[in-house]
Amino acid sequence: MTHRYSAWSLLRGAFARHANWPAAWRDASPKPAYDVIIVGGGGHGLAAAYYLAKNHGITNVAVVERGWIGGGNTGRNTTIIRSNYLYPESARLYDFSLRLYEKLSVELNYNVMVSQRGLVMLAHSRHDLDAMSRWANAMRMNGIDAEIIGRDELASLAPGLDLSPRARIPVLGGFVQRRAGTARHDAVAWGYARAASALGVDILQNCEVRGFLTKDGRVTGIETSRGRIAAGRVGIAAAGHSSVLAALAGFRLPVTSYALQALVSEPVKPVLDTVVLSPGTGAYLSQSDKGELVIGAMLDLFPSYAQRGSFAITQSILAGVLAMFPAYARLKMLRQWAGIVDVVHDSSPIIGPTPVAGLYIDCGWGTGGFKGIPVGGWTLAHVLATGENHPLAEPFQLDRFTTGRLVDEAAASGIAH
Amino acid sequence: MMKIPCPHCGVRDENEFQCGGTAHLARPALDASDREWGEYLYFRDNPKGSHRERWRHAYGCGRWFNVVRDTLTHEISAVYPITETPAR
Repeated sequence: MTHRYSAWSLLRGAFARHANWPAAWRDASPKPAYDVIIVGGGGHGLAAAYYLAKNHGITNVAVVERGWIGGGNTGRNTTIIRSNYLYPESARLYDFSLRLYEKLSVELNYNVMVSQRGLVMLAHSRHDLDAMSRWANAMRMNGIDAEIIGRDELASLAPGLDLSPRARIPVLGGFVQRRAGTARHDAVAWGYARAASALGVDILQNCEVRGFLTKDGRVTGIETSRGRIAAGRVGIAAAGHSSVLAALAGFRLPVTSYALQALVSEPVKPVLDTVVLSPGTGAYLSQSDKGELVIGAMLDLFPSYAQRGSFAITQSILAGVLAMFPAYARLKMLRQWAGIVDVVHDSSPIIGPTPVAGLYIDCGWGTGGFKGIPVGGWTLAHVLATGENHPLAEPFQLDRFTTGRLVDEAAASGIAH
Repeated sequence: MMKIPCPHCGVRDENEFQCGGTAHLARPALDASDREWGEYLYFRDNPKGSHRERWRHAYGCGRWFNVVRDTLTHEISAVYPITETPAR
């Protein structure tokens, strides 16, 4: 039975010196068979399991994770949530995700610490300003908040930002999505795991998938490091390792895996109350609730499965941050790491069936998987439960790489993933 | 930081180079089906391990060459000319 968190339960916990809190979710052992298996215990996989149980009443579900839940990209991202995309298909998808995030703490009875502190995109040239006007206007046409702002407002939103004309990379203006912000990444994984576990989902950790079992071209289960598990339907939500799993199942994906790195500084007092992103310097940053500056980079632009990232990029990203915020020059960096992201040519995800019947995939989120967790889980659960694509996911199918009907956000909103 | 042995200039730091992606992709004939054309344009093996890829010494001699590199360890096991196509 899952303990319900409330102010009262916190108080009761405090009187017991916090010694009696039960485990938030069950670490299960594999059963011989499930109705549905989801490969990948990150945010997307756990969310899919939760929505399978919650929205579709399918509770005989296992989430299979090679390491520990939330230990991959869910624990390696920079925790940004936003929906600033250009095309209507993307706007619908990402804003649905943002709206789910807005209510997620209540939905899961777990504080995922959503903080809508806004996201500021900087313009460094007249051309940037023109492109951003088009971009912000497209967002507003799609019913998503966006405001073009000038240097005065930038100065108040991001104190310390070098707005002088002598700046290394001068800032002319920008735009802000005020509903964007951050959420606590680990809490998103744990919250979905706890809520799914409470509805009967089995979470299987240290369980590596080694192959897919098929019969007459239809998936019948998986071969794992903890034995063979049968299932009627299988979903893959494995981010940077999607191609590795697809190869086990006998097909290829239009995906290349790259390392995307991030850093955090030592914690300091509040200095930055928004997310600042600069396409010009390739860097973006925010301040965590603990006080660390969380700095995100552009991709290491060569295929990689090494979760460390190249020092060449670390250098250029820190140079970019200091070009924007010279006052941060004395900050010490505490940690640097990389996640392996699954980049697709049109920078849009793939959510739907694969060439193997009964096997579905949610991948291709590239550098932006964290913000897509709720909608990725929601739409993967829908196709796993019904066999039909969710209307939101319809434009994001594998066959678009044959028909040529791409949703090219790489070109449209200049989003790099 | 990877050290990449340029066949023309010797061993240099990775930030002098630009990766050109998977090597030896053969363009299908003009009467290729949509499926074959899509496969050629977008679908990749994306292996975790040994990968044949093209690199250019962008901030050096500017020339292209082929590399066999492990995508997990980043270890480079072979470098050979851009005109050379190894037997599969």
